[in-house]
Amino acid sequence: MKPKRRRLTFVLIGLALLGAAAALALSAFEESIVFFYSPSEVREKTVGEERRIRVGGLVEEGSIERAEGGLVRFRITDMAEVVPVVYTGILPDLFREGQGVVAEGRLTNGVFRADEVLARHDENYMPPEVADALKKSGQWQHMERALQESGQMAGETAP
Amino acid sequence: MIVETGHFALVMALVVALVQATLPLIGAQRGNEAWMAMARPAAIAQMLFVSVSFGCLTYAYLTSDFSVLNVVNNSHSAKPLIYKISGVWGNHEGSMLLWVLILAVFGAAVAVFGANLPPTLKARVLGVQALVSVGFFLFVLFTSNPFERILPAPPDGHGLNPLLQDPGLAIHPPFLYLGYVGFSIAFSFAIAALIEGRVDAAWARWVRPWTLAAWMFLTAGIGLGSWWAYYELGWGGWWFWDPVENASFLPWLSGTALLHSAVVVEKRDTLKGWTVFLAIVTFSLSLLGAFLVRSGVLTSVHAFATDPARGVFILVLLLIVIGGSFALFAWRGPSLKASGLFLPVSREGSLLLNNLLLTTAAAVVLLGTLYPLFLDAIGGGKVSVGAPFFNAVFVPLMVPLLVAMAIGPLLPWKRGDLVAIFWRVQLVLGLTGAAVFLTWVFAADGPMFALLGMGLAAWLAVGTLFEIGERTRLFRASMAESGRRLRRVSRAAWGMTAAHFGVAVLVAGITASSAWTVESIQTMRPGETVQIAGYDFTFEGARDTRGPNYEAVTGTFTVTRDERPFTVLRPERRVYPVEGQQTTEAAIRSTFLGDLYAVIGEAEGADGAFVTRLYFNPLVPWIWAGLVIMCIGGVVSLSDRRHRVGAPSRRHRAQAVESPAAA
Repeated sequence: MKPKRRRLTFVLIGLALLGAAAALALSAFEESIVFFYSPSEVREKTVGEERRIRVGGLVEEGSIERAEGGLVRFRITDMAEVVPVVYTGILPDLFREGQGVVAEGRLTNGVFRADEVLARHDENYMPPEVADALKKSGQWQHMERALQESGQMAGETAP
Repeated sequence: MIVETGHFALVMALVVALVQATLPLIGAQRGNEAWMAMARPAAIAQMLFVSVSFGCLTYAYLTSDFSVLNVVNNSHSAKPLIYKISGVWGNHEGSMLLWVLILAVFGAAVAVFGANLPPTLKARVLGVQALVSVGFFLFVLFTSNPFERILPAPPDGHGLNPLLQDPGLAIHPPFLYLGYVGFSIAFSFAIAALIEGRVDAAWARWVRPWTLAAWMFLTAGIGLGSWWAYYELGWGGWWFWDPVENASFLPWLSGTALLHSAVVVEKRDTLKGWTVFLAIVTFSLSLLGAFLVRSGVLTSVHAFATDPARGVFILVLLLIVIGGSFALFAWRGPSLKASGLFLPVSREGSLLLNNLLLTTAAAVVLLGTLYPLFLDAIGGGKVSVGAPFFNAVFVPLMVPLLVAMAIGPLLPWKRGDLVAIFWRVQLVLGLTGAAVFLTWVFAADGPMFALLGMGLAAWLAVGTLFEIGERTRLFRASMAESGRRLRRVSRAAWGMTAAHFGVAVLVAGITASSAWTVESIQTMRPGETVQIAGYDFTFEGARDTRGPNYEAVTGTFTVTRDERPFTVLRPERRVYPVEGQQTTEAAIRSTFLGDLYAVIGEAEGADGAFVTRLYFNPLVPWIWAGLVIMCIGGVVSLSDRRHRVGAPSRRHRAQAVESPAAA
């Protein structure tokens, strides 16, 4: 093969690989993108049962109930709306009432069945989506003060 | 006074770095030897100043000096000594100080051990290295000063996040940073080469050991982080495709590609522009990782509270580095002419395929990691891209890579013959088939991908050993002849063999743990038994225990197998009163075939019942073993004499011997 054709071969292999990767990526995206909803959005929009979603907000004070077999019920709030959540398993170490939480799972009959409750490594960490959700529900001012008091605001204490 | 000294030393380091970033570069351009010679003492002085600064902060931690804000926020007088030390980098400001320290140490190492580098190249490399340093010094001094005072000094500190009070995580950041920052050397060499307009075999010989050292540290750092997540978080998993994990994996992927393409530059004098490009990309991805982790723009399970202002600063730094270096590449890159020609089926071709696959993999991981940011920016809603995406895209790219990995080293340079290779590796194919068959027989309930994964692992493991066999003409020549050839195999070749074999072990571990993990979550009363993977876990109850700075509930599980006692597992749930935080300490008993893994959760009711989570994680120890073997391969390869000497100059050989240790 002449050098030109040789180079062409490599370029073609490269392009084919990129194409295949893009195709793989696009088909995988369809199924594996998980949308984030705040409790208000869960109420406003109709979310299908078949789609996995993430719901984030604060764990409502006094809402945690433990039942037999590691089953836990709690409510996620953005101070405007609440979403009841059911979860089975051991909750992350930093899961607490009044703190930010993001759960992933499916919504059935108004109850969110979470199969994953996202953990954090730092109690001062607030997931950006949760902060935004609270801002959107117009409760951020109120929350900001409360969070600052409990030292939960990003930037309030050095990480 | 000590604290002010630390701050002052850091300012001095910035001043020295400014000198180092200007005079040698100008000197190299004008041929002014005195200015070029400034680089070496400046790099050493910079390293000394940052060391003093780092030492001062460490001193503040050791003496629990609570007039320093950083110490107050991240330390406590009752903390064990090791975590007082690791607390220095267990927070943003201190970890950035560690970052600049490592940056300066690498720079000084090039200055000291690079005595036989051409003077202009050396001046330029150190100049570029100092430019990067300047950016980070400004970042530390203006946004993240660890020496800030607080008045009046509080009586005690807030303590260190308990999750970080762990031996694995104490040494994870230094390794990770040695990896990230180590790639800055490859970057500086690449930029210097672009300025010089010259990339040759000698250049590649210089870049390779630094890249290899950085790669090794990054591998160890990622491995330590993953290991920590596995035993400390109590989820039974070791990789979650979380943005923060991806941030460290991206430079690893492109760094691995760089490691291989540099071989082609050295041996065959081609792929030059591509190698320079990869060096720039790898360091850029390291910086991108730093940005993603520090800015908190992505939701991550591994994230810590962040300050947006810092994110913006790193983003600007990132844009300058990426923009500047790619502009330079576009301008000067075409001048790098290749001389070595080769056919697609050849050693070079296989290394190029490796590069294409690794960079494509890096591209899709980058796409998945940044997609949520991109979609949010155009108002497309908030999304997260989870493990299914990465598994669906990443795994198919790794399959051809692993297939090629066993064949590549068997191919000759310039031109090879695939059909001939196919006939030579019949033995390997046969053993691979046997491995797949055995997997199918003994683990019939596994998914199809498990057969493929175990097959690939066997293929690579056997293929790697086969290559050494071929090299020594084992069973084809006399044993004495083979022995002689075995002794002549270079350390670099042994390093490659070990690293590839480590990957095979790793792949087996990953496949098995993804395919056959057994998990069981339940409430257990004392005396109850749960059977998992043939082991009977009996919950004996839980009691309160105390550690140096925490209180804990410790559960006891006796594990029996076929009625015979096997082991006792004692998972803990700790409460750190100073920080008011809980942590989970999984109890793990490793066997050759897998880990028995127990976690204790909340108490349930008053009769001593607890939520428990029990796992059998097959072949997970193989994952750690594989990573260790890969790192050993790196060490062995680094100890090769050809890696230590940049140019054939006998006088400097003794000096250069120490360079891998310093790296």
